[in-house]
Amino acid sequence: MTATPDTGSRPIIDVRGVWKRFGTAEVLKGIDLAIRKSEVTCIIGPSGSGKSTLLRCIAFLEEYSEGEIYIEGELLGFSLENGKRRRVSDAEVARVRRNVGFVFQQFNLWPHMTALENVAMPLKLARGIAREDAAKRARRMLEKVGLGHRAEAYPSQLSGGQQQRVGIARALAMEPHIMLFDEPTSALDPELVGEVLQVMRDLAAEGMTMAVVTHEMGFAAQVADTVVFIDHGVIAASGSPQQVFRKDENPRLRQFLQNYFERNVFWQGAEGAGAP
Amino acid sequence: MSFNPAILTDNWREILDGMALTILIWVAGTAIGLVIGLAVAVLQLFTNRWLAAPLTLYVAVMRGTPFLIQLFVIYYGGPFFGLDLTPLTAGIAGLALYGGAYFSEIFRAGFLSVPPGQIEAARMMGIGRLDIVRHVQLPQMLVIILPALANMTVLLSKETAVLSVITVNELTSVVQSIGSTTFAFAETLLFLALVYWAFLEIVTAAARRLEKRVGRFMLRTPS
Repeated sequence: MTATPDTGSRPIIDVRGVWKRFGTAEVLKGIDLAIRKSEVTCIIGPSGSGKSTLLRCIAFLEEYSEGEIYIEGELLGFSLENGKRRRVSDAEVARVRRNVGFVFQQFNLWPHMTALENVAMPLKLARGIAREDAAKRARRMLEKVGLGHRAEAYPSQLSGGQQQRVGIARALAMEPHIMLFDEPTSALDPELVGEVLQVMRDLAAEGMTMAVVTHEMGFAAQVADTVVFIDHGVIAASGSPQQVFRKDENPRLRQFLQNYFERNVFWQGAEGAGAP
Repeated sequence: MSFNPAILTDNWREILDGMALTILIWVAGTAIGLVIGLAVAVLQLFTNRWLAAPLTLYVAVMRGTPFLIQLFVIYYGGPFFGLDLTPLTAGIAGLALYGGAYFSEIFRAGFLSVPPGQIEAARMMGIGRLDIVRHVQLPQMLVIILPALANMTVLLSKETAVLSVITVNELTSVVQSIGSTTFAFAETLLFLALVYWAFLEIVTAAARRLEKRVGRFMLRTPS
């Protein structure tokens, strides 16, 4: 990643020197990351490396301890006065991140509402869209993720894959400029992973800007423009999928990928099945 | 001494007045108590600790001292602080403040029972704090806390009897005075017990119906 000056392609997300500490534990140690329009960035790394924390900081679900995060040019969560940063109000945080959609590992649907209500309610409450218009848009979004026929179902009546697609529809309905996915398939049974990844592939193909924390290396290899490998709170490697998966010599990265491939090899054929 | 229920029918007018007053105190005290309880719980959970600290003290005092003493302080102590209430107003205020403290603890537990991820999702969508309470948290937690709310409501029905000490002519004081003038203690006490028991049954039945209604979404099974 080259730190080019602002030449019209200002990053949608610009993370500069971000640190995150929980007490004495340093989870992020100086992260720099820029995500440009229509790019798909996949963030990979071992558990506990800080990749989910980074995504949560970009959404301001966690307050970062140091550094700056800009969303479409606006500083997120803080204001700078004479070099000192101050936490801004929740309403101001909501305003700056209004164009950021977030998809959770655990879906986080509201169980007392149908799929349609889950998608329509934020439109009514946060955007002030009239009931019928909200319902119409919600139905369109559910159709987009292939769930138009399940609009009246409650989350408990849907499979995990369907619930996550509702979660994606709910985020998309707000017409975000960027979608953040926090391990969107990690809580799913293996046979349900494909349907969610397909929805994400379609989104990427439409030009949606996306940042995806994932363990799905196949998805990262096929869809990502940039793959970022985080280890112990720092970006240890980043570049095109080709660069990160094939060329980069970082020993921690090689070890991580080695472990991943070994875990996923289930048939030791002549040509070494499982390797990309 | 014979068992003579006619004692009660002979005095039906006073008894009815007493019962009406008891129900008024109970319903008003519970309703205001619920509002206080919800407000206290919301303020405790969603504001800064400078506002939360006095509320925590309020809850501790109301839960830690006898209702009888609270009533005395409000009714007889009130005038020293420029608070000159009629016995009935003081009684309803006392019951509401007393019940509100317990209700706030129930609501607080309810708020904490909704998974934080659901609230994060709502915040991420830009939904305001109060809308999250109303549309995400309350509908779900009500199912869980309804039995506890009903329980406290029943307890409050019995606490209304304490209001006789500040000269409110509620049911217990009326029936007891009938008992002491006619010496028909068995009839009057049994009658009182049956009335408060009836209150319990009414609240329980209402809570069951409400539980079914607000809990509809939980009864559905995966298809």
